[in-house]
Amino acid sequence: MARPGHVGALLLLLLPLPLLLLAFKTPAQQTEELGAYVWPWPQKISVFPNQTFVLTPSLFHFQYSAASVVQPGCSVLDQAFVRYRGIIFGPGPWVTPDQPGLKQKVKSSLEVFVAVPGCDQFPEMNSVENYTLTLNDDHFILKADTVWGALRGLETFSQLIWRSAEGMFCVKWTEIVDFPRFPHRGLLLDTSRHYLPLQAILETLDVMAYNKFNVFHWHIVDDPSFPYESMTFPELSRKGSYNPATHIYTIGDVKAVIEHARLRGIRVIAEFDTPGHTLSWGKGIPGLLTPCYSGATPSGSYGPVNPILNTTYEFMTLFFQEISSVFPDFYLHLGGDEVDFTCWRSNPGIQAFMKEKGFDRYEKLESFYIQKLLNIVSSYKKGYIVWQEVFDNEVKLSPDTVVHVWKELETLPYTKEMYNVTKAGYHVLLSAPWYLNHISYGQDWQQAYKVEPLNFEGSPEQKSLVIGGEACMWGEYVDVTNLTPRLCPIEKSDEGLDLCPLPGPGQELWQRGFGAARQCKM
Amino acid sequence: MARQVLSSCALLLLLPLLLGPQAPLASAARHPALWPLPMSVHLSEDLLYLTRESFEITHGPSSTAGPRCFLLEEAFRRYHEYIFGYFLSPNDHLGGTQLQKLHVTITSADSECDAYPNSTSDESYKLVVHCPVAVLEARTVWGALRGLETFSQLIYKDPYGVYVINESEVIDTPRFGYRGVLIDTSRHFLPVKTILTTLDAMAFNKLNVLHWHIVDDNSFPYQSMAFPDLSEKGAYSYAHIYSQADISIVIEHARLRGIRVIPEFDTPGHTISWGKGQKDLLTPCYQGSEKTNSFGPVNPILNTTYEFMSKFFKEISRVFPEEYIHLGGDEVDFDCWESNPFVTEFMKEQSFGKDYRKLESYYIQRLIDIVSSTNKGYMVWQEVFDNGVKLKQDTIVEVWKEEFYRKELADVTAAGYAVVLAAPWYLDYITYGQDWKKYYAVEPLNFAGTKKQKDLVMGGTAALWGEFVDATNLTPRLWPRASAVAERLWSPKDVRNLDDAYERLAEHRCRMVRRRIAAEPLYIGYCEL
Repeated sequence: MARPGHVGALLLLLLPLPLLLLAFKTPAQQTEELGAYVWPWPQKISVFPNQTFVLTPSLFHFQYSAASVVQPGCSVLDQAFVRYRGIIFGPGPWVTPDQPGLKQKVKSSLEVFVAVPGCDQFPEMNSVENYTLTLNDDHFILKADTVWGALRGLETFSQLIWRSAEGMFCVKWTEIVDFPRFPHRGLLLDTSRHYLPLQAILETLDVMAYNKFNVFHWHIVDDPSFPYESMTFPELSRKGSYNPATHIYTIGDVKAVIEHARLRGIRVIAEFDTPGHTLSWGKGIPGLLTPCYSGATPSGSYGPVNPILNTTYEFMTLFFQEISSVFPDFYLHLGGDEVDFTCWRSNPGIQAFMKEKGFDRYEKLESFYIQKLLNIVSSYKKGYIVWQEVFDNEVKLSPDTVVHVWKELETLPYTKEMYNVTKAGYHVLLSAPWYLNHISYGQDWQQAYKVEPLNFEGSPEQKSLVIGGEACMWGEYVDVTNLTPRLCPIEKSDEGLDLCPLPGPGQELWQRGFGAARQCKM
Repeated sequence: MARQVLSSCALLLLLPLLLGPQAPLASAARHPALWPLPMSVHLSEDLLYLTRESFEITHGPSSTAGPRCFLLEEAFRRYHEYIFGYFLSPNDHLGGTQLQKLHVTITSADSECDAYPNSTSDESYKLVVHCPVAVLEARTVWGALRGLETFSQLIYKDPYGVYVINESEVIDTPRFGYRGVLIDTSRHFLPVKTILTTLDAMAFNKLNVLHWHIVDDNSFPYQSMAFPDLSEKGAYSYAHIYSQADISIVIEHARLRGIRVIPEFDTPGHTISWGKGQKDLLTPCYQGSEKTNSFGPVNPILNTTYEFMSKFFKEISRVFPEEYIHLGGDEVDFDCWESNPFVTEFMKEQSFGKDYRKLESYYIQRLIDIVSSTNKGYMVWQEVFDNGVKLKQDTIVEVWKEEFYRKELADVTAAGYAVVLAAPWYLDYITYGQDWKKYYAVEPLNFAGTKKQKDLVMGGTAALWGEFVDATNLTPRLWPRASAVAERLWSPKDVRNLDDAYERLAEHRCRMVRRRIAAEPLYIGYCEL
């Protein structure tokens, strides 16, 4: 992966002179005075409030720069151009600007320049997303290192445009230099506690793109149901899904999600959580889960994955081989959270195994399992993300492991855990303060917004190990009926981190969206 | 037709042995989920089958309502669709006894087919499901509507995907006559379609009052004929207005479902948006001796205020057929009145001292006289009672403050006024988890008082205020949480087993989803499609 990070710096020098006369303002001032409603707020933005351009919807188009290494035929941008024309102008009919009488300059295209080749690849952790957007008298141009940066710039461009009272599409003289603060800006959906129809996932990916999110963390299976239809083990969803005809994701569905995401510069990281949270797996794979005992006899109920059987690892080897090939992202999320030891403790076979191995604590048994699982996954040339317990329980991890921090405990605040994990040299991903499923009355988006991910004790080296965060929408109380409104008004941001576009319940937004049609100022 | 009925019933006699083992299996696997639970239900083990093609709902032969009763005709069609519309009908059922018809018989000489439902409407009904014709009997169309909903809820699919209904008998009547939902279209405008969807869902829950908090500080979407400037200047935009046509659509949609529409025009507080289109209506606030640009509550000292109110409420009383108008009267902020020298002067004149509650009462009193002259009854928020305003005996006081609401219920009823309870049912206050249980557990009559006092409790309202609610999240936020309130207000007092309620409500929620209501899940699980 080439990373020509210098292009952005170079472009900055090429900005036209008048811009240098503009002081950069704080976001609050910008929004107020300049009327730029961009979300998330770019790294650098300057707007000439008195200089407006008018776009002609019938003629307006996106155009590859002659010098761009990416040209027509580039799937990602070809489709993005069509999409953003629709997003910006809607289906029409449009008012055609009265050209002779118009004081503003009319613009009919945005040039798009991409420096680095590549249109058919998948976005990765290291993908470069920076871009510059220059909208002035001489140039209407979006420059980016990669197609992913171009996608982010198109989104910003679409947010800069507004409709005047006369129905004209307007944009102000604007210069933007932008790049994300964190490379991993994720959203978790849980399709096990409630099944989410494919369409709901695709729509969520659309909304993610409007917020410059770039990772879809797909918590695809869990205790209640197993909707993933495995090619190797079709019994998993046949027995473990809510309904094997209607509540499953076929390989075709999964491919559709991955491609829809790719076209929006979004990675899909699948989570197959083990050894806990696996009740639904047991229905299709007899012998996979630990039988719990009541005294000397099996009670009929099951606990976590059975870590003492060779068959368990044979299954995991085949299963993760499939998963590794179905999901193209380098990372898999292996879960590892909330393992309940009561069942293991009750099982005489496990007790014997513990003795044999000299394990004095069940954490060690858990580590034993996870260790073997990590070796399996590593053998498929995949990296992995694990929930924080795996780190807490001192499992040996490969250096490129990402530890996902989700707990907020009085005894262990997440800031302390961030310190611990980075101190040990691992990359870390933050979710603890961003459990969006925990709803409350009022503007709870502010809680999420106030979070500063690097606000923990630690050296600069430690802080550099924070790759970003994820907003989690767990599914206990969420399905397709309430997913979108619950996600939307909330969200949060840290310059590069997330946010939501819909006119949420915030009345100000609502009024702004419909009430005050602004004039194309002369 | 008669022959077909006969032959199908003969089947029942021929096949009892064959049906015997099947019936319990089916009913063990699935069963009807009734919500709210009727007063009395007897389900037999015997199952009858229904098919989309041959089953029909018609007027009973002795019904006082006939095909000219548009309300029932619409309801018959609607419920046929609810029962069969969202499933693929299997081509052939497995045989067995078939239910051919539901006869709906109205027994009162006046079916009330063309009337509006009101506070005394009779919603009771009796439903007997027997081969070959089920009979739904009600005195008026309002009971018939409730019975149709129950009938539709009795039908479910057996494990083979066939529509079945147990032979059964239901006798039902609501515990409380006033079962409301409050929507707020001022903080956020709600499109008419959203309101109609809400009315549909209300009918599924046997709720019968839409309390339409139509205007407030933030916007004035009601388009008045007498004062068009109110919405012209006070609505969020031209797109955020309810025209007279919109209002009649809502009222008729509600009427067809046996739902009353009670509009609330809240004064003298909560009126900032009124001031934009009606000059001099609001009190100008002062800073020292200087007039500021801000305004307070309605100005109670000007004659023009009462002239305006007279004309305005005359219009409202004609537009809304409902016998009650909600006059609000809550949360009046006295700061602005205190700042205004003319108001101070007036207070002196009237010997109100420094007690601005007396000024508030003065205003409300005059307003009430105006509204009474239009022959309407009125509802008010509890402050009006608390502040000692003289009220007509048929005033309904709505209790909304959660702290000490039982004490308030006791006080209001001790003074002899009818009361509606909203305090424990503010559904806009969301929390994580299954908060429906909290709403369900409320017992409205759990306050100190005589039987006579308890009889004054008309019912309650599930209130979904609009600070954080608009069309994007209204439906999942309201349903099925308001369903918990619906059962509390309809079903007998002792229906409160949470496990049983969970089972029924989870299925009822799925039924609402199948009927295109985006009701949110109670907890982990899924709906049969």
